[in-house]
Amino acid sequence: MNLNKVLKGLLVAVPVLTLAACSSTDEVAATDANTGANTNQVVEQGLSAEELLRQQLEALRQDNTIYFDFDKSEIRSEFASVLEAHAAFLRARTNITVTVEGHTDARGTPEYNIALGERRGQSVTQYLSNLGVSAGQMSVVSYGEEKPAVEGNDESAFSKNRRAVLVY
Amino acid sequence: MLKLIGKSLVAFALVLSAKSYASLEIVITDGVDSARPVAIVPFKFEGNTLPNQRIADIVSADLMRSGKFNPIAATRMPQQPTNSKEIDYQRWMKQGVEAVVTGTIREVGINRYAVRFELVDVFKGASGGGSSSAIIGGQLTTGLTHVLDARETTISGDQFRQYAHRISDIVYEKLTGERGAFLTKIAYVLVRDKADFRYQLVVADYDGENEQVLLRAKEPLMSPAWSPDGTKLAYVTFEKRQSQIYIQDIYTGRRSILTSFKGINSAPKWSPDGRKMAMVLSKDGNAEVYVMDIATKALTKLTNHRRIDTEPSWSPDGSKIIFSSERGGNPQIYSVNVASGVTERVTFEGEMNLAASYTPDGRGIVMVNRTNGQYNIARMDVESRYMQVLTRTYLDESPSIAPNGSMIIYSTLYGSSQVLALVSMDGRFKARLPATNGRVKSPAWSPFL
Repeated sequence: MNLNKVLKGLLVAVPVLTLAACSSTDEVAATDANTGANTNQVVEQGLSAEELLRQQLEALRQDNTIYFDFDKSEIRSEFASVLEAHAAFLRARTNITVTVEGHTDARGTPEYNIALGERRGQSVTQYLSNLGVSAGQMSVVSYGEEKPAVEGNDESAFSKNRRAVLVY
Repeated sequence: MLKLIGKSLVAFALVLSAKSYASLEIVITDGVDSARPVAIVPFKFEGNTLPNQRIADIVSADLMRSGKFNPIAATRMPQQPTNSKEIDYQRWMKQGVEAVVTGTIREVGINRYAVRFELVDVFKGASGGGSSSAIIGGQLTTGLTHVLDARETTISGDQFRQYAHRISDIVYEKLTGERGAFLTKIAYVLVRDKADFRYQLVVADYDGENEQVLLRAKEPLMSPAWSPDGTKLAYVTFEKRQSQIYIQDIYTGRRSILTSFKGINSAPKWSPDGRKMAMVLSKDGNAEVYVMDIATKALTKLTNHRRIDTEPSWSPDGSKIIFSSERGGNPQIYSVNVASGVTERVTFEGEMNLAASYTPDGRGIVMVNRTNGQYNIARMDVESRYMQVLTRTYLDESPSIAPNGSMIIYSTLYGSSQVLALVSMDGRFKARLPATNGRVKSPAWSPFL
């Protein structure tokens, strides 16, 4: 919902940050630590670079879950905007890495579900990669059916457990 | 020592209702009617310090749990003989009891007990053993055909359970012609949602007694698999935020990492000779079945397909590996020749078939079958391809076969919790092992120990 706002915010913030960082990741860290002495626009917003990053991450974490159909790993179109927001952030912050956790519902066997969960995670990283995110920033871990988001064994629980979660 | 502390804790825990030991009980849900009636007469005790384990109860529970026998309650026994000479065969015949076990326990020293038992065939005793009064009179000599077995052994106080299982093995083998599997263990994963370390790898006697926690972890534990000599377990952990395969010695507790490749490290299964490990890795992008030489860590890739290949399991002679593959659409069971790599499809029935393993005689394959959306345990005859669904429980997974091929233990959903359940190989006997202290999954039955 507020992701589009975050996305727009990112598009504004990106050039500023890259400028300030002089295209070196080490210096991004240094600037962040320096509580925004030379980041004009951020100061105008009343936020240090560190705080801005924290806010962006918080917003991304609010909307970090992609849901899947039973036994499927294709990304449904409704999740395009979520993934675009994450991709924009990762493109701008090349020093930040994301782990995509793949999960399944309780049906099927644990070992098969580990493979299915990984395929879901890979669908997400492939999607982000197509949006220009560097492969080196992304990793996949599949938990299969071992870490359900919600307990329960009906379709409503199953549908919430068939997911991939972007974890920063 | 620990066990003693455990026992006293259990006593206190009654108030708190937080029992933490002997978490598996048994509820038999089907198949008692077709089981053979037998009687395990309470053993007569001679001595001062009464042992805390009752041999007859343990043997009765074993035979009951095998699904092949229905031991009658002590209250229904027409008499309580302590040896074959005291048996009044006509009265047992009337009760319909096929075989009787009698025994005595004699205290012969400090913590030393001489245990004697006899297994008696009631029908043979009734037809060939003369009148019952003559038997009570002690006229019979040993070596009669109706006494199927008779032994005396001296044990210590902490060996009662083990020796009771040994008696069960002897009784079972004499009466069925098939080796008993009562001196075996199961490994499983216990999930306790509120515990600090939610995931525990547990090894227990096959009946759930003598639980021993091998590992506690905050991240999931999966796929325990026994080494063929029964001394080690391979399993999967997520401690490092990625899956890794470990091998742990269950007696020393020492463990070592086997694989930690990028991607998934999953589904380890020891080869029958114990030298190799079949496993699933996705280091090249896709889940594929590999075989690793455990000593050299050399890898052989057995499958190569962009769809999922997983859940390898060895044929008893080690020549083939069966596995689940999606290459035909939905997951089905395939077989690959380890030497030649020649692959063929094994199952064609059902919407899906998963988690297959050979029966010890190699003639059957046990798996999880999905039909009409229901996941149940099924057995397929290898030669005729006849498939029989054995269970009617919900969301069955992780079937593991007893080393004598008589029984399958698996994980299922009962109420809202995951529990272990048993089904006999013919599907007639069914039982549930409800846990009192958490969700139980991924059972693995040990080899003969």
